[in-house]
Amino acid sequence: MSLLDIQNLSLAIGDTQILRDVELSVAPGEVMGLVGESGSGKSMTALTVMRLLPYAARATGRVAFDGIDILAATEDQMCALRGDDIGMVFQEPMTALNPVKTIGEQVAEGIRWHTKASRAEAEDRARKMLDRVGLPEAKFPMSRYPHELSGGQRQRVVIAIACALKPKLLIADEPTTALDVVLQAQILDLLRDLVAESRMGLLLISHDLAVVTEMADRITILRRGEVMEAGDTARTLSEQFHPYTRQLAQASMHVPARARPHGVETGHPLLRVEGVTRDYPGRRMSLFRRAPGIRAVDDVSLSMAPGQSVALVGRSGCGKSTLARMILALDRPTSGTIRFRGETITGKSEAELKPARRDMQVVFQDPYGSFDPRQKVEKLVAEPLHVLERKPTRAGRREMVAHALHEVGLDQRDMDKYPHEFSGGQRQRLSIARAIITRPKLVVADEPVSALDVSIRAQILDLFAELNQKLGIAYLFITHDLTVARAITDEVLVMHDGKIVERGKTSEVLDHPQSEAAKALVTAAPDLHRAIARRMQEQG
Amino acid sequence: MTLHVDIPEETFSSILAKAFRNTAFVAGFVITLLILAMAIVSYAWTPYDVTKLVISDKTQAPSLAHWFGTDHFGRDILSMVMVGARNSIAVALVAVGIGMGVGVPLGTFAAARGGLVDEMLMRLNDLVFAFPALLSAIMITAIFGPGAVNAIIAIGIFNIPVFARVARAGALAIWPREFILAARAAGKNSTQISIEHVLPNIATLLLVQGTIQFALGILAEAGLSYLGLGAQPPMPSWGRMLFDAQTRMVVAPWMAIFPGMAIVVAVLGLNLLGDGIADILDPKSRRQR
Amino acid sequence: MTAYLLKRLAIAIATLVLASMVVFAVLEILPGDPARLMLGMNASADQVELLRNQMGLNAPLAWRYLHWAGGLLSLDLGRSYTYSVPVIDLVRERLAVSLPLALIALALSTIIAIPVGLFSASRRGRVGDTISMGAAQLGVAVPNFWFALMLIYVFAVWLRLVPAGGFPGWSAGIWPALKSLLLPAVALALPQAAILARVTRSALIEVLNEDYIRTARAKGLPYRAVLWRHALRNAMIPVLTILGLQFAFLLAGTIIIENVFYLPGLGRLVFQAITQRDLIVVESVVMLLVAAVIAVNLLVDLSYAIVDPRLRSRQ
Repeated sequence: MSLLDIQNLSLAIGDTQILRDVELSVAPGEVMGLVGESGSGKSMTALTVMRLLPYAARATGRVAFDGIDILAATEDQMCALRGDDIGMVFQEPMTALNPVKTIGEQVAEGIRWHTKASRAEAEDRARKMLDRVGLPEAKFPMSRYPHELSGGQRQRVVIAIACALKPKLLIADEPTTALDVVLQAQILDLLRDLVAESRMGLLLISHDLAVVTEMADRITILRRGEVMEAGDTARTLSEQFHPYTRQLAQASMHVPARARPHGVETGHPLLRVEGVTRDYPGRRMSLFRRAPGIRAVDDVSLSMAPGQSVALVGRSGCGKSTLARMILALDRPTSGTIRFRGETITGKSEAELKPARRDMQVVFQDPYGSFDPRQKVEKLVAEPLHVLERKPTRAGRREMVAHALHEVGLDQRDMDKYPHEFSGGQRQRLSIARAIITRPKLVVADEPVSALDVSIRAQILDLFAELNQKLGIAYLFITHDLTVARAITDEVLVMHDGKIVERGKTSEVLDHPQSEAAKALVTAAPDLHRAIARRMQEQG
Repeated sequence: MTLHVDIPEETFSSILAKAFRNTAFVAGFVITLLILAMAIVSYAWTPYDVTKLVISDKTQAPSLAHWFGTDHFGRDILSMVMVGARNSIAVALVAVGIGMGVGVPLGTFAAARGGLVDEMLMRLNDLVFAFPALLSAIMITAIFGPGAVNAIIAIGIFNIPVFARVARAGALAIWPREFILAARAAGKNSTQISIEHVLPNIATLLLVQGTIQFALGILAEAGLSYLGLGAQPPMPSWGRMLFDAQTRMVVAPWMAIFPGMAIVVAVLGLNLLGDGIADILDPKSRRQR
Repeated sequence: MTAYLLKRLAIAIATLVLASMVVFAVLEILPGDPARLMLGMNASADQVELLRNQMGLNAPLAWRYLHWAGGLLSLDLGRSYTYSVPVIDLVRERLAVSLPLALIALALSTIIAIPVGLFSASRRGRVGDTISMGAAQLGVAVPNFWFALMLIYVFAVWLRLVPAGGFPGWSAGIWPALKSLLLPAVALALPQAAILARVTRSALIEVLNEDYIRTARAKGLPYRAVLWRHALRNAMIPVLTILGLQFAFLLAGTIIIENVFYLPGLGRLVFQAITQRDLIVVESVVMLLVAAVIAVNLLVDLSYAIVDPRLRSRQ
């Protein structure tokens, strides 16, 4: 018998239909993966089960949990279920905990509420739970506040809250999306163990097919509020019966077609970073005492040839973004020099940097945050033209913008629109148009595809590859995602604790990592091929 | 404290359409327009001449001839309220202008520079905030003599740190955004970025604060002229009228009621307008309604 | 924690010193010679000069500032020109009226505002919320001195429940004294309560949209428990900020309200002293009020640290 049984679930918020006839079930001890791209309604499905929907939402159909009709239950009945029989883990660990309460209080709270246990008893159970999720007493006393923990540690606390009373069903909504791959692997291991220990049902929601394949016994694929395909994970993904399933799987493994580009270049390097270090002073503890500083980037040297595509990979907080900012002359190194096209750019004034800025541009991660919402596309894409020696006329500017838009696959009429009129993928195209309008020699891309859905991601990677071929632009890709690195870079640099610990040809480093840091990244990275193969093997 | 600025992503016409569905905005807009109209009309026409004293008509209760009654000199209170609106609006509006004109550049500059400049400007702000505004306004008008112009200066000075704070907090929320980084990578300096990207994005915040300070300015002007430090007779002002009414509460309560109502309605209108604008432009406030 | 406190304390002291310089400087440029004012228009130039010397008005500026500031620290505030009594006695006497008035008003405003804000936030968009926020909107728009006049008209003139003004002094007994402070306190408190209620409501609503509220709900806590246990404390910071600002506002508000009710408080004292050019009284009272504002702001900063653990570990 199913633990959770959803039949014909439809959901509307106001006039917008979110879910249509969704069917889904989870058995005790089973992991059900719910996969879909953004806007597919997967989070809303979870919130329906918890009955934590937004105010104006109306759900119809049948949701049965352990024989209880969830949609008809009273609020009191739901309060009794939530946190006791059904636990939930959310996507954003940084904001999911109350900043003014200790982690001990927050874990013990649910225990006390449901079991009416005494404070001491509840705290005792909370302590054990925190130990269980990997936050031992010695390093993580219950009196810690959330802000004293890292993202991964906070997610462990959230899991401890959700699992404190050994729920029958755990719902995890993108539990690892905000974490880097190594932390992701750790959290997924923890969830897998907890499920096995107490025969919990787990509803795992994710956009990442590889993650779900590694974890789930069965999967349900959701698209625009409708179930496309559902069934046994290994069979569904190996047969790829439904076209959408195939499309998703292919997009997840997509490698852009690239003719072997500029090999080992002779002549002058385009970019040369020599012994660059960046220190941040520690916080002032009192008038005379400072906490020890942080060395974000530690004696890094690297060089890039014209037209070369290089990946800078590493876990979050390893200093890769700081290094990128120094290369872009948006931050100053504490020591060391950076040479671009043979000229030193460190310590130059903004006016002296203008010629260098012409030849180096940037693409950011967040397609929503990287455009000023108050300006039209024409002005936004034309912004880098500011550094040209001879400013183009208005007509000339429009022509250049039109050309850049055309190159990234957008219509030239788009230049009179505002950024919010575009989808996430289109905005990333705009970002790229802005980056190539001055015909730069180097584009630094900071996680340029990690906020995008897989199908869009594949298209953007293709665009990057195409522009590399056509315009001979060198790329420095900053990413924690090895599939991206593998897809479009020739060389990879692995960064760890501010240092570059390994470098070499992309395929060699990723297939035969030498350093500890690189090995950890490679083993932790979810890989759809590998996951399907393992599933098939397990089932014989 | 950090301030979260949600930048609405909408076109002008859709905002306009939304504005006219927002009750607070429409009510505030209509009231503010009425008060403004009243002040403007008073230049051309008032029911009676406010400078002419008709002692035979003194302290008459509201009637068809004098809708709001007459004061102790037989002047028509409706006419005085109309002319008083002029004074209140002028003082408050110019004071907001002073506050915005000086405070906004200071605040945006502090946010753009950061470090020592920021710290010094903020400490200066603290210093101004340490003086209770009304007390200082009284001192200023006492030094330079009472009058509408000095009231404007006194109120205006205390608007400066308010706008500086709001502009700085708004700008600080904009600066870490990626589009600012993109502009920097495009070689724009901090002044260009402040003008092109920061100011347009904090404009609504400033607009909302502007209506609030406008309303507070009307209250402050009324307080000063109640103490005899605002516009001087024979120019009628709402606060002064209340002062004159105080000792005659028993015989002529309408002398106090109508000017007071005028203040309440004007301030209410502006506050509703401000609330309406904030509501329309801040998507967060509409969530989960 | 200590770093945060020390920094706040240092800022408070620096602000106080700067403020004292500003007050001193402003009153230096104020027109009117105090010696001439004390002696009257008929005094001879020699007499005035003699008194100026006695009063130390001819000493160098810096010396006079240090002398004055030193006097402030030792509570030796000098003698009032017009009342011819030590300023400290004057201040003490008037403070006995103004301080209770401001405190009663602050307490009243808080007691009304916080529950109303909580009530409104918890029934957002429903009838109760609409009514109480409509009332608050109106309350914000009412000038306190006009409200005071209306209160006098209703409660003193019509119903004759309380005196229309004046103060019998604490020696007349606590109840008569309190009774005469009641209307002024209400007049001061209600408009402030309206502001505070609005701030409380919007701070709570902001917090109720946070992710951790959803986490708390997912634990099985009912809405009401989430409001009390998780939302309220997080919403305290903006509320405390406004409370601090209101204290300064209430202190200044007493100037007008004390004039409306003929209360012999600090506000009336400073207002009269300004119009009579009694500089030494003005200086002292203004410094006292500024010091009070700075002290309250410091208290607010400290309470931030109590409410928010993140501030305790930050600088």
